[in-house]
Amino acid sequence: MDNKLKQQLHTKSKTAKYEQRGKLASIMMLVLIMVVVLGIIGFILIKGTSMFFNDKIKISDFLFSTFWNPGGKTPTGNPAVGALPMIVGSFSVTLLAALVATPFAVGTAIYMTELSSKRGAGVLQVVTELLVGIPSVVYGFIGLTVVVPAVRHLFGGSGFGILAGTIVLFVMILPTIVSMTVDALKSVPNHYRQASLALGATQWQTIWKVVLRSASPGILTAVVFGMARAFGEALAVQMVIGNAALMPHNLVSPSATLTSVLTAGMGNTVMGSLQNNALWSLALLLLLMSLFFNLLIHLIGRKGAFKK
Amino acid sequence: MIDNQRKNKIALMMIHFITLVVVLILALLLIDIFSRGLPYVNWHFLTGASKPFQAGGGIGMQLFNSFYLLILTMIISFPIALGAAIYLNQYAKQNWVTSVLRTSIEILSSLPSVVVGLFGFLLFVIQFGYGFSIISGALTLTVFNLPLLTRSIEDSLAGVDKAQLQGGLGLGLSKFETIIHIVVPAALPNIISGVILSAGRIFGEAAALIYTAGQSAPQLDFTDWNPFNAASPLNPMRPAETLAVHIWKINSEGIMPDVTQQSAGAAAVLLLAILLFNFLARFIGRRLFMKMTSAKAK
Repeated sequence: MDNKLKQQLHTKSKTAKYEQRGKLASIMMLVLIMVVVLGIIGFILIKGTSMFFNDKIKISDFLFSTFWNPGGKTPTGNPAVGALPMIVGSFSVTLLAALVATPFAVGTAIYMTELSSKRGAGVLQVVTELLVGIPSVVYGFIGLTVVVPAVRHLFGGSGFGILAGTIVLFVMILPTIVSMTVDALKSVPNHYRQASLALGATQWQTIWKVVLRSASPGILTAVVFGMARAFGEALAVQMVIGNAALMPHNLVSPSATLTSVLTAGMGNTVMGSLQNNALWSLALLLLLMSLFFNLLIHLIGRKGAFKK
Repeated sequence: MIDNQRKNKIALMMIHFITLVVVLILALLLIDIFSRGLPYVNWHFLTGASKPFQAGGGIGMQLFNSFYLLILTMIISFPIALGAAIYLNQYAKQNWVTSVLRTSIEILSSLPSVVVGLFGFLLFVIQFGYGFSIISGALTLTVFNLPLLTRSIEDSLAGVDKAQLQGGLGLGLSKFETIIHIVVPAALPNIISGVILSAGRIFGEAAALIYTAGQSAPQLDFTDWNPFNAASPLNPMRPAETLAVHIWKINSEGIMPDVTQQSAGAAAVLLLAILLFNFLARFIGRRLFMKMTSAKAK
């Protein structure tokens, strides 16, 4: 009897075991996600740096040379692994798209939160949410069949190039920035507006000097988020940029981005070769930029959170 | 004063104008896709096999592959996301470990899909030796899907009244039992909305699949449902080009004579599917909520 009681007191109850197992299972899932993240960073880091360690390529040759023909040589005899054309291409489409999209997105968001009726804002909200979900290949296809011919018609050239890429990305990130900016504007407390209007400010002065100013960290986050999306976008850009790894002469000359070269080239190279390693280095660059955007969003978020 | 009034008027007019432009662009985009694509959508197009070198092919295999991949991905990613979300929402304490975990999920969600695809290519296709196959594609899409799904489930769990948890604990249930039997069911309508919305994202994803699920769609034998046969639609080891990849591929190859019509039709189908997912997410979530809580429709 004594023994039995002792045993009962010393063993865990069924419920406690169940609890422990459940908790363990749920944390395992979380750890799994973290392992995956570390795995991605680790894998890409190893593959992406192997060009510098195994093939003895100088980092400066990779970052600042303009000749991209892995395996070949530049006219001066250096290995032709210069990623500068793609870096320039990626940054120009991203910055230009964000530059064009921001005023449109902020304007629309102001309309939705400050000016329109509730119903109008609701309809716009549903439409933007829908558009956020449109697959990028569809944007790419529209770009290929509408934007590229239009650019060719208006500005000459082949139509493929940074301009076409910018237009496609502009339409693509517009809904994303709009819906995030709307959230930022909505989080501005209403008494800010009331106080400003009560002081005799016009509606525009209220929007410009009070609402936008206090929502600026949120808006900035939205723009950076859009830029991150534009920078990492692969297929839509690849379909309209022209895929020529040359320094862009102007906005309508065929060029390339990091992602376009990656998607186009990965299937045509042999694993472990210099050509292949050079592509992985591009992927590493892409990963680092994505981490950088992440950091930026964090910093903005920490600085700009509303104090209650 | 008059000056300010005028400025006010002009500025507000500008905002109206900008909004009009944006709405026009977005509306034209939708109209363009549907008006060009829908005329090509018929039964033959939806079920026929694609013909790389001739006009008049269909998207049957690609459509099937997209749905199959979607279902497999959901089966793999849902339990993982649910577990992670339960831990983050119910167990995690506010400390640096939790914030590291949260940050890593954030990083994962912001990675470009092409980078995720390349990781899948390295790990599943090459290291694990799965080759270009549905299973490689589904695992890669799982990686791609996990952060967003986890976050949406976590948000749904956070929306459940704390009293529900207290009630369960008060009745002597363990915490995990309470979560599984009370909190998760209470959050189910929102969880399902989140799942369907992420399904739309998976359905349209292409960049992560090019080098994992492959770019070819072998002819399938739809009478053979044994997953171990090579021609069976259910075989997870066969390469499977999805609808989104198909649009990209035929456009970048440009061999197909009616490539524009084919991809317009495929784009319209893709968009219709996404619209359907969006609609279902709203509709099912609300219906389920009404059914489970006996709330009145507004």
